[in-house]
Amino acid sequence: MSPESAPTGDDRLVPQPATIPPPTPSSHSAPYWEAAARHELVYQRCDACKRAEFDPAVVCRRCGARALTWARSAGLGTVYSWTVVWRPQQPSFVVPYAPAIIDLDEGYQMLAAVIGCRVADLAVGLRVAVEFHPVADGFALPYFRPA
Amino acid sequence: MHPFRDVVVAGVHNPRQARVLEGETSLSVAIDATLGALADAGLDVRDVDGITGSLSSDLTYELGLGPVWQSASALGIPAVMEAAAQIATGLSDVVVVAAGQAGVYTERASTAPWTRPNHEFVAPYGMFTAAEFALIARRHMHMYGTTAEQMATVAATVRNNGHVHPDAIYAGRGPFTVDDILASRMVADPFHLLECAMTSEGGCAIVLARADRVPDLPHAPVWILGGSTDRIGPSYRHAPAWDLRGRDPDGIPNGYVGRRAARRAFATAGLGPDDVDVCELYDPFSFEIIRQFEAFGFCGEGEGGPFVMDGTIGPGGRFPITTDGGLMAFSHGGQTSQLLQRVIRGVQQLRGTCTTMQVEGAEVALCSGGGAGALFNDVLLLGRERP
Repeated sequence: MSPESAPTGDDRLVPQPATIPPPTPSSHSAPYWEAAARHELVYQRCDACKRAEFDPAVVCRRCGARALTWARSAGLGTVYSWTVVWRPQQPSFVVPYAPAIIDLDEGYQMLAAVIGCRVADLAVGLRVAVEFHPVADGFALPYFRPA
Repeated sequence: MHPFRDVVVAGVHNPRQARVLEGETSLSVAIDATLGALADAGLDVRDVDGITGSLSSDLTYELGLGPVWQSASALGIPAVMEAAAQIATGLSDVVVVAAGQAGVYTERASTAPWTRPNHEFVAPYGMFTAAEFALIARRHMHMYGTTAEQMATVAATVRNNGHVHPDAIYAGRGPFTVDDILASRMVADPFHLLECAMTSEGGCAIVLARADRVPDLPHAPVWILGGSTDRIGPSYRHAPAWDLRGRDPDGIPNGYVGRRAARRAFATAGLGPDDVDVCELYDPFSFEIIRQFEAFGFCGEGEGGPFVMDGTIGPGGRFPITTDGGLMAFSHGGQTSQLLQRVIRGVQQLRGTCTTMQVEGAEVALCSGGGAGALFNDVLLLGRERP
């Protein structure tokens, strides 16, 4: 972020307001959102090859086995890649926000957003922990905060 | 025998492109594009016996082409490959590939609304194209030290190509220096505004024909030397990780999507990167040019940043890129026409008819479409010499 292009506003990264559009689960992702509402982060693990799978799959994307079992993640990981959005994708989002791909310690990746720090604190390799925040219709959305 | 020995690129046409094409519809633009490309080939609508592209069904009806072979392959190079295969296998003689878009996206308060993911695992995080591609670029910066200046050099080069092109939507908007690019406001870090594709309206068409159907072309024939398409999954629904792979844990990662396609294209052509004279690379964001040079084998992994410096990609350089201004300055007419326009510019380069940024004596053009942020990348090799 070069100083001359930085907005004059706050550069603290916070959760989006609960007014953003809620997720629209499918039948095979429902367990994920049900767990999230309890503030639990879950993923699937293949019974056959033990690969950790996310986002929710029908068959193991590595070995093709159908036996995938939901497991709870400790919610700890590292930032694999990140960006900071300064122009909102749609008006209900508040900028800046920081979409990031997180490497979870259980061995899978997920897209989320980093909160609880300033833009300048973002870095590949940053240790983070999951934190849930409410959105509409009773959903809770996982974010990640520096651990 | 080369599979496309009898397939000639007979006609190409870009009708007027604009930020907004007042009074036009996607169909009216595609009709203008189709008729223009047929005229360019010296052909009549009655000669057409095949059509593909996202509006093919409407065009078949509105232009009275039926009964005709019709498909709906939409995304530029895949449509050209499909049309070429149709002719090469003797199933059609003259095939149109057309695209047009106008009056579709009027939601000006949002960024690139057609890329808004309707998907539960990315939409809640406010994802859109610039952010998707930024996650790819950031990872490369981390791995290889790729710099903002290197990416801005790409953007300045492409935008300056558009600055001098009279038909580019952003004609006369430059010239741009690297500092100008870096001084534009940040959209999705590391991408500044001037490192991103524009949004516009427009269209284009290409006519492919069996060579013996067009013995008296009004211009130099251009030939398809090879091509292929790489897909990793649906665009804008899953995390766009550099290291995303299919079942093979040692397979080509998403970061190098397009590598398999390039290898196949070069193998069919019997050529390599050193044989290419002009690179009509797809330019949705500055970093994608750097990534494609690595993916396609023009330089080693991690060397793309230094590769684009020192004039290599500019006028008179060894590998001039995106010579009409591309998606950043020529046109980005929505979902499909800009994907076809890289091929059109490659054809114009090989004909030697570009009024700006003509690469003198160009014999081989590499055209591409897509990018790692969208989990696809396609490659087409065109040549002046019949394969």
